[in-house]
Amino acid sequence: MMSQPLNGGRALRIGLVCPYSWNSPGGVRSHIEDLALALIQRGHWVNVLAPVESPEQELPDWLTDAGVPVAVPYNGSVAKLRFGIRAMARVRKWIDVNDFDVLHVHEPLAPSVSLLACWVASGPIVATWHSSAERSRVLNASFYIAQTALEKISARIAVSESARRYLVSHVGGDAILIPNGVRVQAIAERARRTSKEPDALAFLGRIDEPRKGLEILLAAMPAVIRSVPDVHLTVVGPGDASAQIARMDTDIGQHVTFAGKLSDDQKIEALARAQVYVAPHTGGESFGIVLAEAMAAGTAVLASDLEAFSVVLQEGRAGQLFPTGDSQALANAIVALLNGPDRVQELAGAGRLRVRDFDWDTVVDQVLAVYEAVTVNGDKVTEDLRGQLVGRWMASR
Amino acid sequence: MTWWLAVVFVVLACVFALYLSVTAGRLDRLHRRIDSAQANLSTLLLRRNSAAIELASSGLLDPASSVLILNAAHVARECADDTLADRSFSESALSAALNAALDESHEPDEPGSTGLEHQLITEVVALGTRVQLSRRFLNDAVRACRQVRQQQLVRIFRLAGHTAWPQTMEMDDALPVGLGPR
Repeated sequence: MMSQPLNGGRALRIGLVCPYSWNSPGGVRSHIEDLALALIQRGHWVNVLAPVESPEQELPDWLTDAGVPVAVPYNGSVAKLRFGIRAMARVRKWIDVNDFDVLHVHEPLAPSVSLLACWVASGPIVATWHSSAERSRVLNASFYIAQTALEKISARIAVSESARRYLVSHVGGDAILIPNGVRVQAIAERARRTSKEPDALAFLGRIDEPRKGLEILLAAMPAVIRSVPDVHLTVVGPGDASAQIARMDTDIGQHVTFAGKLSDDQKIEALARAQVYVAPHTGGESFGIVLAEAMAAGTAVLASDLEAFSVVLQEGRAGQLFPTGDSQALANAIVALLNGPDRVQELAGAGRLRVRDFDWDTVVDQVLAVYEAVTVNGDKVTEDLRGQLVGRWMASR
Repeated sequence: MTWWLAVVFVVLACVFALYLSVTAGRLDRLHRRIDSAQANLSTLLLRRNSAAIELASSGLLDPASSVLILNAAHVARECADDTLADRSFSESALSAALNAALDESHEPDEPGSTGLEHQLITEVVALGTRVQLSRRFLNDAVRACRQVRQQQLVRIFRLAGHTAWPQTMEMDDALPVGLGPR
């Protein structure tokens, strides 16, 4: 109902800022890409600023290269971020040249181009919080820097209830809740052209990232194999599989395929082929867009009972939950599902209904309402020159 | 030795002055954010007002609802030049009139078929949504600003100058039942 553009609603010039490398797949990056495409489709002018690892690669014309990111440990894992005085000069130029109506910064506290953009811009700034990391060192150590940037943000969005609560308790203030978007139609279409395989399981996520919980799933496999001898698990995601393979018994190895990093389409096919998508995450997820993708692909979801997951799965009505980190419970749940096709059908049907709430169309309506609420008087995004001597000097060279 | 003390004193004084200057900058930024948030909310309220009048004059609603909405909208129009806080009452009354006219939930026997998907109604509801958002953003900015202004040093050194104590906007901006966003 929020949808329809207002009478006289004008096309906006929108600047989106992605703090993480455009080359590594991830929830924030794909959120920004999907949002950008959806906004362009609605007739708005969009430009995305993101770090790019290989400058010579072909970029879409709505993307601006913020420079080569550096891999640094951040928030419990390694992230590729872009910072420094040269980065600051690029952000400044990007804001100066593009004459934006609204600047939409993602993860504004990530020490990358997001924070820099908040720092050098003023005017209508919207920020989206994605993660609900338990604690952030940035907020403790240099809260003052963060605060100065934060105070410029006119409108705050959180993608999940846990991200919103994190914001309220650690940063102060409130945020509008707008959940993540999924291209439901496109995924369902591709999934329809893929046929299900019996006794197939799927796992998605970095292999060497412990919070994705692959270890827990592999520990459950022996018990599953005893009850369902033909079970097959496909592990999709980047990372070095050799350590996992070395640790596994060969008779388990026969039941597991490491598919490596796949394209988005191949990823959807892998999800659609499986009877059950398993999400054994142990933490750090604020939304779990993959859960919604699996639901859109018509695959039953079995996930750990993290709070974010149980919200997406409606406390187990749109997918099954198991106690986080409990391999034995996971094994039992997998066996029960693979032996109970009716239940799998039921969960897949419930998931297809639930995922409509996360369709990009719904999300873009809500995001546009926020843009309109902060830009209705025609304020523009401009450079904030206060106390920025070094950046100004770099930009002038 | 006094030479040393003088240096320490000057350094401390510089740090203190820098702190005051940075805090004054923060306050200035927060005040500007409040100004633009107020201007946005004011514009959205006016637009909602126009959309409500257009809807009430369209003949789409029954005459009684039309009179209710037109009446509330005109009262709100007359207050349009007042401060936001003073408009709270008349704008809340307009929300209430719109809700009373558009809310079908108290007539459960005859669901649907009232043409409520009409463009003019969609417009009023869309503007109502934006008023809600805009008011939240304004109140967020006011709260952040008050937090800084309550600090002892800010009060002692009068860093906020003559700027009035920021006011939140409190009003009934509920949307008609069944027509609002999920």
